[in-house]
Amino acid sequence: MSVTSERSSDGQQLTINIKGRFDFSTHQDFRGAYEKGADAKRYVVDLKETHYLDSSALGMLLLLRDHAGGERADVRLVNCSPDVVKILAISNFSKLFRIG
Amino acid sequence: MRGAAPPERLKILIADDNASDRMLLSAIISRQGHEVLSACDGAEAVALFERSRPQLILMDAMMPVMDGFEAARRIKELAGEALVPIIFLTSLTEGEGLARCLDAGGDDFVAKPYNQVVLAAKINAMNRLRLLQETVLQQRDLIARHHKYLLNEQRVAKAVFDQVAHSGCLSAPNIRYLQSPYALFNGDLLLAAWAPSGNMHVLLGDFTGHGLPAAVGAMPLAEVFYGMTAKGYGLPETLREMNAKLKRILPVDMFCCAALICVNFKQQLVEIWNGGLPDGYLLHSDDRPHTPLVSAHLPLGVLSAGSFDDNTQVYPFGAGDRVFLLSDGVVDSTDESGEMFGSRRLQNVFVANRNPALLIEEVQWALARFRGQARDDVSMVEIGFTEPESLGPPSVIYTDSGDSSPLDWAASFEFRASTLRRFNPLPYLLQLLQEVHGLRLQSSELYIVLSELYSNALEHGVLGLDSALKRDADGFALYYQQRGERLDSLEDGFIRFNFQIIPQGQGGRLIVDVQDSGGGFNAEQVLALPPAVDQLSGRGLSLVRQLSHQCQWSSDGRTARVEFAWEGLA
Repeated sequence: MSVTSERSSDGQQLTINIKGRFDFSTHQDFRGAYEKGADAKRYVVDLKETHYLDSSALGMLLLLRDHAGGERADVRLVNCSPDVVKILAISNFSKLFRIG
Repeated sequence: MRGAAPPERLKILIADDNASDRMLLSAIISRQGHEVLSACDGAEAVALFERSRPQLILMDAMMPVMDGFEAARRIKELAGEALVPIIFLTSLTEGEGLARCLDAGGDDFVAKPYNQVVLAAKINAMNRLRLLQETVLQQRDLIARHHKYLLNEQRVAKAVFDQVAHSGCLSAPNIRYLQSPYALFNGDLLLAAWAPSGNMHVLLGDFTGHGLPAAVGAMPLAEVFYGMTAKGYGLPETLREMNAKLKRILPVDMFCCAALICVNFKQQLVEIWNGGLPDGYLLHSDDRPHTPLVSAHLPLGVLSAGSFDDNTQVYPFGAGDRVFLLSDGVVDSTDESGEMFGSRRLQNVFVANRNPALLIEEVQWALARFRGQARDDVSMVEIGFTEPESLGPPSVIYTDSGDSSPLDWAASFEFRASTLRRFNPLPYLLQLLQEVHGLRLQSSELYIVLSELYSNALEHGVLGLDSALKRDADGFALYYQQRGERLDSLEDGFIRFNFQIIPQGQGGRLIVDVQDSGGGFNAEQVLALPPAVDQLSGRGLSLVRQLSHQCQWSSDGRTARVEFAWEGLA
């Protein structure tokens, strides 16, 4: 498991990549990824290399959404595998996040 | 000793039968800053060890009375878990002899004649090991102590929580469930309670995370569930309150996946809301394939009150039908290769199931076969349909004396469109009527009659829905779909309640008029029909007639009047 982040050249978008399992052990790194530096306008969580996420990962996504402005947050979850899509679908997170 | 920390002052026991060797070694060790104890044979060494507990021992192998090997064995035994390093002093050079020193419990050896630097280094190395062992033991004991505290705290928390959780009706004959005794600390929650209407509410919840954090939300959730169910609130109001409460008290990253169901035995309906739990299933008594009860909502505690969606699904539910709910942990159990159990395997268990009483066990077996081991952190519940007569009536306890019971009054209420859209007035009305002590013994009947009249007035009167739609399963679904749509877009209409409490001798009478803004119905014609027993519709009116003392409809079918009477209280 590892979390890396990358800011777009204009600094407006922060992309967070999660490799491996996205669960409670990722907590510190995930928070660190969006709390360091200035706030971005848009957030992208790239789950291309994430093969599993549990309910505490869903909780962390809610923390990110809160950090990014709650109801007005612009957070996208991209490159979700079918398993990850299924977990997000059960929790109906598509109502909170753009999933693509 | 260059670069190393100054050596700790240790209490070192020297056992050697050769007096000159012993004195020489004592001198060296003392010069290195340690305290020295001396013994001239093995037996004396053991006795000194018992009395003075030296931290390290330098032991000659060959001694009279008791040799070093035997002394080492005894000292190691006396030392127990603590590491008391024993360094053998030996002129032995052949491998076998040296090995024997270690076999007897020795930790190292130094050869005579002594090299002071090597000796000091060995003592330091052994002391490091000794300290390491000491730290490990301390930490182990600390962890064991914490673990014991934790278990005790969990036991107390669980005992308190059980008082709350078991105030419900999980033991009702139509409920079967599987839950680990410590499910609370896995964040799983299972609650069941009777509503005053005779409906049964069941909640299966799964909080994010594990341990105490997962358990803290359970208590407020249970209180809202029991409190509102007992007061006669329906699922939407209860869900809104549970969501608002959790949203208010839980941190952002915590929430509760939950399914809430309401079984209406009298009308043979089941109403369900699923937010974030894996698909539940409605298992039919006939050969129809089971109906998945899919999560259509976000979990409780995520959305603000304004965006929360309390829409429920309603299905016909009769003898032999069952609702099966489960927490995650069943379908997402993985085997050694990482493959998930999945919903297909679960459904195969449903299909293969012959004896409904064994369904939960069969799911467990399938899970155990799949993983090669059982797991005890999953929750499953199955709610069946048992005819209401065989279920225990809800027990209600009152604490006041009744001296101030109001006995002569009338009140009217009019609920208009925007109120009817979102608000369920029945709990308030019932609570008002509960102030009349003579009515309390009939509160269940009263509630059922009022809710029947209310839903008739709302669904057939204000919303103009045709109950004939409900004659088959498709029409049934359509009926509830239309109900939701029309209610959401309701602009006009009203339902009026008029209550009169009239004292009569020692007792009294309650007269209730329920009027709606709808087109009315041909009361004479409808009431003349034989009560429909096996149909999905038409149970409401016969229920009202059975339970109230008198009931009649105005000729235009827009106003119903029911009457309840009571005798004087002893």
